[in-house]
Amino acid sequence: MTAIAQYQGSTRWWHSRAARKFMRHNLALLGVAMIVALTLACIVAPYLLPYDSLYIDLRARFAPPMTGGHILGADPLGRDVAARLFEAGRISLLVGFSAMLLSTFVGTIVGVISGYRGGWLGAALMRLVDGFLAFPSIFLLLALAAALKPSPIMVTVIIAITSWMEVARIVDAEVRSLREREFVQAGRMLGLSGAHIMFREILPNAMGPIIVAATLTVARAILLEAYISFLGYGIQPPLPSWGNMLHGAQQYLGSAPWLAIVPGVAITIAVTSFNFIGDGLRDALDVRDGHS
Amino acid sequence: MDDATMFPSPALGMSRRRAGPQFDPSTRRENSTMTVTTETASPQDLALSVHDLTISLPPGMERPYAVEGVSFQLERGKILCIIGESGSGKSVTANALMGFLPNPIKITSGTIHLEGMGIVGMPAEQLRSVRGRVVSMIFQDPLSALNPLMTVGEQITEVLLAHGVGTKQSRRARAVELLTEVGLPDPQLMYHQYPFRLSGGQRQRVMIAMALALEPAILIADEPTTALDVTTQAQILKLIRDIQRRKGMSVMFITHDFGVVAEIADDVVVMEKGKIVEQGDADQVLKSPSHPYTRRLLAAVPHLTGEDRSRTEKATAPVLKVENLVKTYRSGGVLFGKKRVVPAVNDISFEVAPGRTLGVVGESGSGKTSLGRLLIKLLDSDSGKILFEGRDIAGLREPEFRALRPSIQMIFQDPFASLNPRSTIGHILTVGPVAHGTPYSRARDEAKALLAHVGLDAGAFDRYPHEFSGGQRQRIGIARALMFKPKLLIADEAVSALDVSIQAQILQLLDQIQRETGVSMLFITHDLRVASQICDEIVVMQKGRIVEYGPPSQIFLSPQSAYTRELVAAIPGERPDLAVPDVLDSSAVAGTPKGRKS
Repeated sequence: MTAIAQYQGSTRWWHSRAARKFMRHNLALLGVAMIVALTLACIVAPYLLPYDSLYIDLRARFAPPMTGGHILGADPLGRDVAARLFEAGRISLLVGFSAMLLSTFVGTIVGVISGYRGGWLGAALMRLVDGFLAFPSIFLLLALAAALKPSPIMVTVIIAITSWMEVARIVDAEVRSLREREFVQAGRMLGLSGAHIMFREILPNAMGPIIVAATLTVARAILLEAYISFLGYGIQPPLPSWGNMLHGAQQYLGSAPWLAIVPGVAITIAVTSFNFIGDGLRDALDVRDGHS
Repeated sequence: MDDATMFPSPALGMSRRRAGPQFDPSTRRENSTMTVTTETASPQDLALSVHDLTISLPPGMERPYAVEGVSFQLERGKILCIIGESGSGKSVTANALMGFLPNPIKITSGTIHLEGMGIVGMPAEQLRSVRGRVVSMIFQDPLSALNPLMTVGEQITEVLLAHGVGTKQSRRARAVELLTEVGLPDPQLMYHQYPFRLSGGQRQRVMIAMALALEPAILIADEPTTALDVTTQAQILKLIRDIQRRKGMSVMFITHDFGVVAEIADDVVVMEKGKIVEQGDADQVLKSPSHPYTRRLLAAVPHLTGEDRSRTEKATAPVLKVENLVKTYRSGGVLFGKKRVVPAVNDISFEVAPGRTLGVVGESGSGKTSLGRLLIKLLDSDSGKILFEGRDIAGLREPEFRALRPSIQMIFQDPFASLNPRSTIGHILTVGPVAHGTPYSRARDEAKALLAHVGLDAGAFDRYPHEFSGGQRQRIGIARALMFKPKLLIADEAVSALDVSIQAQILQLLDQIQRETGVSMLFITHDLRVASQICDEIVVMQKGRIVEYGPPSQIFLSPQSAYTRELVAAIPGERPDLAVPDVLDSSAVAGTPKGRKS
């Protein structure tokens, strides 16, 4: 009634308010830049480095960084740390990303169904979520990892099992509020099926919070993978991951600190970058505009 | 820009401690020794004067100025109404008078004088002392303008405290006095109530009490009755007028409703797109408007007609027959707390003939919206029958009812919430028919034809809802409901959210569609004037029950129940002397579906 003028926006998404807000978020842009650089490095660097990650150069055991072509030094077996770091990055990032996809998928479906259907089904699904949340996730991870054969796929699944609940909660709350909106009532009036209303009408309107949660889940998944690999239950040598590189480095912390520092820095960069991106997306998408 | 950003809470200006120079009413300029009186209003008779005011908008908005070159005056002891449709700049003007403009919006030129003081460029401290003492404001939504965590009494005493008036005891006594003055029952008890326990009308009375606390010379009221029911609106209008007369206050009243203007105004300013198109004495503007825009607006105002729609009677079986329908809401009570039982629809029976329109009229909480949702089975009824073409659909389960859904369609109230913001118009229109087995290509062609039919161009098909105005969106909503060629159309407050000129166009469209397709309509509204325009028969609901059922001539000219009489009497601006001005040439009229004698 009292709006003075309506903003006549363009329809291109990169002109949208959310996109412009994200582009003004410096930390988020830094995060994007670092993640892109890290990912590209993990893909390309192994081809450019002089050593293969499995090549054992016994003369170079415990070589400090920048000696004999070992840019980041060498480990107790004489393997090149730089080559192993980027190989490990492939595994760690892939596990983090896949775990995010899997947990977001499961969490979204559970959340949409419980939020839209409500009633006893919604209550049952949310109590299930509570049950999973009540479990200490590290113990669950370790117990599962000890019981199952820890391949990268298994590790991904295990991480997803312990992190889908957050997405489910967020989606449930979002769908609950969207369910009462008139366009959903209109969908029912048209005689659309429940599945159509849930996934074609409601879900696109809940994408903002899901994307934010998914970004933060990647960071969490990378950390979880590092935890369990560090404790020896995750990715098994000789396959490198950032976590098991740390595992191998712990007894040489005094004598060869770079063995721990290098993968540690990689984990820190990846996790903080994803968190920055998540914060930026949250700020950009959290506006309850509803009109654009 | 939504209301929340446009209306800072009044507590913003009032809760801070006063520190600036005091404004003493005794030094007002009119107390100087000027005795010359002129035939026009002299400067000392002006409570408020705005001269050549221009307020700029941030770049990227649809126009560079919120208001441009606006000049008007409010004489002392009068009520000035500023009327305009949404986007006319009336609220921005009101906020500028209070010094409340949000950050990117600035006054670029012009002057504002309140009681002789120029407030443009006044330091913030001084401005704060002016607010409340010289000018105060009441808002459209009293719930969001009151602090939910403070009692009513505390909020009133806070105003006094912020301006350093009186002692604790005297402030308390004054608050109770104010609550009495605005006609609240049991003021001593009311003092300790929280806002959420009060009704909308009571909250607005509390806002008025707060605004009156420091006996301001000028009261600005920004759509204070828009969110209220019609009977409550009549009470609040009367209260404002009584207080204004008693205290000799000057009131600037912002509204979009010409009925309200007719009730309350001495002078009128008509605004369109940030400019004043006409101003003058209320009687003169209402009876012989000179500007085409004013004429168009006045012509679009729905008026109460006591005439029945004359149609050739065909005694056919009713499309819809409702018998003893009951719906009761229950909440709480499973484990904790008391069980609350609210009868929303209580033993309701009526019927709708083919090609006819039944109006359902009631105030908020009367159960009219629940009734609409029951008929379309978005809600399940507790008992009773809904006979649609002779078949009882009340007990049908969703899978059985789905095949019948195309025959009963609904037009929703809120043109912004009822279209999925993430879907194209094409998807919105075709998704229903496609789900019921129509091939996409045929649905698409029908959708495009229908878009043209409701007055949109076919290019709308690939666009998104946010690219359209409220009226255009409502047309899309109507097109969606028509995709199935329904037998019964339920319109739930379908024009309530629209500006009056758009409202008239949509009513005309609905009327035209009914003539062409012979669809029956159930028209749910809180506005009796609108109902009188479009309905063949009217049901008046109160607290879930039907209190009266009959043709418009009966409802409006000789109402049988006391409640209907009260409702009809509360309609603003329907005095016999205010007819549609006869200077109108038909070309200036946007077109209203009145006089349905064709």
